[in-house]
Amino acid sequence: MKRTIRILVGKPGLDGHDRGAKIVARALRDAGYEVIYTGLHQTPEMIVNTAIQEDVDAIGLSILSGAHNHLFPEVIRLLKDKGVDDIVVFGGGIIPEQDIAGLKEAGVAAVFTPGTTLQAIVDFIESNVANRTI
Amino acid sequence: MVTKKEWLDKFSKSRQLEQKFTTISDADIDPLYTPENLADFDAEKDLGFPGQYPYTRGVQSTMYRGRTWTMRQFAGFGNPKQTNERFHYLLGNGQTGLSTAFDFPTLYGRDSDDVRSRGEVGKCGVAIDTLHDMEILFDRIPLDKVTTSMTINPPAAIVWAMYLAVAEKQGVTWDKVGGTIQNDMLKEFIAQKTWIFPPQPHLKIITDILAFASENVPRWNTISISGYHIREAGSTAVQELAFTLGDGMTYVRAGIDAGLDPDVFAPRLSFFFNAHSDFFEEIAKYRAARRIWARFMKEEIGAKDPRSWLLRFHTQTAGCSLTAQQPLNNIVRTTIQALSAVLGGTQSLHTNSMDETLALPTERAVQVALRTQQIIAEESGVTNTIDPLGGSYFIESLTDRMEAEALAYIRKIDEMGGMLKAIENGYPQTEISKAAYHYQRQVESNEKTVVGVNKYVNDEPIDLDLLYIDEQVEKDQIASLQKVKSERDNAAVDRALAELKRAAVEGRNVMPPILDCVRRYASLGEMVNTLRDVYGEYQDPAYL
Repeated sequence: MKRTIRILVGKPGLDGHDRGAKIVARALRDAGYEVIYTGLHQTPEMIVNTAIQEDVDAIGLSILSGAHNHLFPEVIRLLKDKGVDDIVVFGGGIIPEQDIAGLKEAGVAAVFTPGTTLQAIVDFIESNVANRTI
Repeated sequence: MVTKKEWLDKFSKSRQLEQKFTTISDADIDPLYTPENLADFDAEKDLGFPGQYPYTRGVQSTMYRGRTWTMRQFAGFGNPKQTNERFHYLLGNGQTGLSTAFDFPTLYGRDSDDVRSRGEVGKCGVAIDTLHDMEILFDRIPLDKVTTSMTINPPAAIVWAMYLAVAEKQGVTWDKVGGTIQNDMLKEFIAQKTWIFPPQPHLKIITDILAFASENVPRWNTISISGYHIREAGSTAVQELAFTLGDGMTYVRAGIDAGLDPDVFAPRLSFFFNAHSDFFEEIAKYRAARRIWARFMKEEIGAKDPRSWLLRFHTQTAGCSLTAQQPLNNIVRTTIQALSAVLGGTQSLHTNSMDETLALPTERAVQVALRTQQIIAEESGVTNTIDPLGGSYFIESLTDRMEAEALAYIRKIDEMGGMLKAIENGYPQTEISKAAYHYQRQVESNEKTVVGVNKYVNDEPIDLDLLYIDEQVEKDQIASLQKVKSERDNAAVDRALAELKRAAVEGRNVMPPILDCVRRYASLGEMVNTLRDVYGEYQDPAYL
């Protein structure tokens, strides 16, 4: 039997803009996934620890302050350190076009920028997370 | 002569578009408003004249015939020198007041060299660590001539003290210094979510500021009670109105509980609202806000000075309404929103730039935004008469209805034991996130239209030059902070910080010791860490 996909929605960094993270969390929950929301102002260490404790399949990171170039790769580095880099990391927020290639190179599977539909995020999980975890 | 019933009969038998007619907040709107909608309306009691109780038509008797609103663009990025240059650019283009955006470490009370600040320095606003930075930020800006609004909340007392210290250095006495600190912590817990300490100590510092300002800086607006962020977080217009005024009422009661006379501090409270896309709903919101506040201050609080009854407000157009797709359309959205703020009687206005879903604005984008205000003020003719929509069956009905709906929310919060209790229970937070999700669902099902997003879509690439904040800013700012720390009298800083700690422990007003720390170039982070030791730290309860 296929177990329910578990997704951690995380807010790294100092910004308090949680509208997007909460909407995405609710949409993923409505799509049938188990969703854990970290709350605000998380360090990469806190996010990775929660991801391991909660045994999640994917982490969605939301950031609107511009600190993505530091914080997204840091989460991925820590996942590798702990040997859990099979967890799929995706992210979103106010992320300039010119930063996206670097983030993908660092291991971020998808970057969702303003104007993304909730369906596009659910579709991403379906094809990149749901299909690979049996 | 046809009656309304006969007209309605004919109307409902005629073909109509198959869609709901609701505001952006999903409030139903009738096809026509007539005198019947205003059966209980008493123009003398509910409307009055501009500058007269209950101020529905405006807080000044002259409104824009006396003075145009203050054009105040929110600006800040990179290091203090870059932002100072932007300030001079804006003033040079006819802006009439300053508004400062700080970066996240500053908003959150962290120094640029704090490990939690990495990657954030100068990104969302200007980085400020010590008085040295503030001196550069306001270089060649006479603080007795220009008023400054500062969007700063948890460390508001400290950043305000830095501003006052700059005034001292310019030889400007504090009685001539005017401006605003946001200093609205309740809406931080509700919506904007920058906090340091738990709610109670934050409220205590706010009352310290109220007391200090009324004695020393009489022209300063001590709290900018803000609905803007509540709306941006996804609330409806009525929720914005209710939670903002509920917060204001809480501050007034806290001031009174701290032994202050409301007629001393209430005239210096100001408000800050969002101008969203639903034109009439927004205008009605501002008018209802003035009336609710006037009645509360006069009738419930018993304030005697008419200045205590006035709801003066700043407006910013809705950042959350702007789209990344077809960004030039944002100029049109902003224009409509700004017009609603003007027709609603705003005292000051920020218009967003077309590129703000993508980055902080470029000079070119911010100039168009400022010109939008100038065109409304000087070409459109809408400022010729005061409250031009007053007496409209629709506007008056909607104003009454929003007033009633907001008061129902406020009563509900009172029944929960007040706003602090409601926040502890996550009530306003979850009301807002439910509304945000509801709206997003409506957009995705095409029930609500967003041009360029779910209708009239094209796949033209976004073609705008954007402002990019270089990572070098962080390195330079850290080097600058280290230089200040190596040149100041560190023993004096330690003594000043120890005295700040004693004042906090003993429950004294923290403003005087903060000013002393600031003058000795103690850093923002050093002062906040000292207070954190005493007050503790707040954690996000993570309500979904």
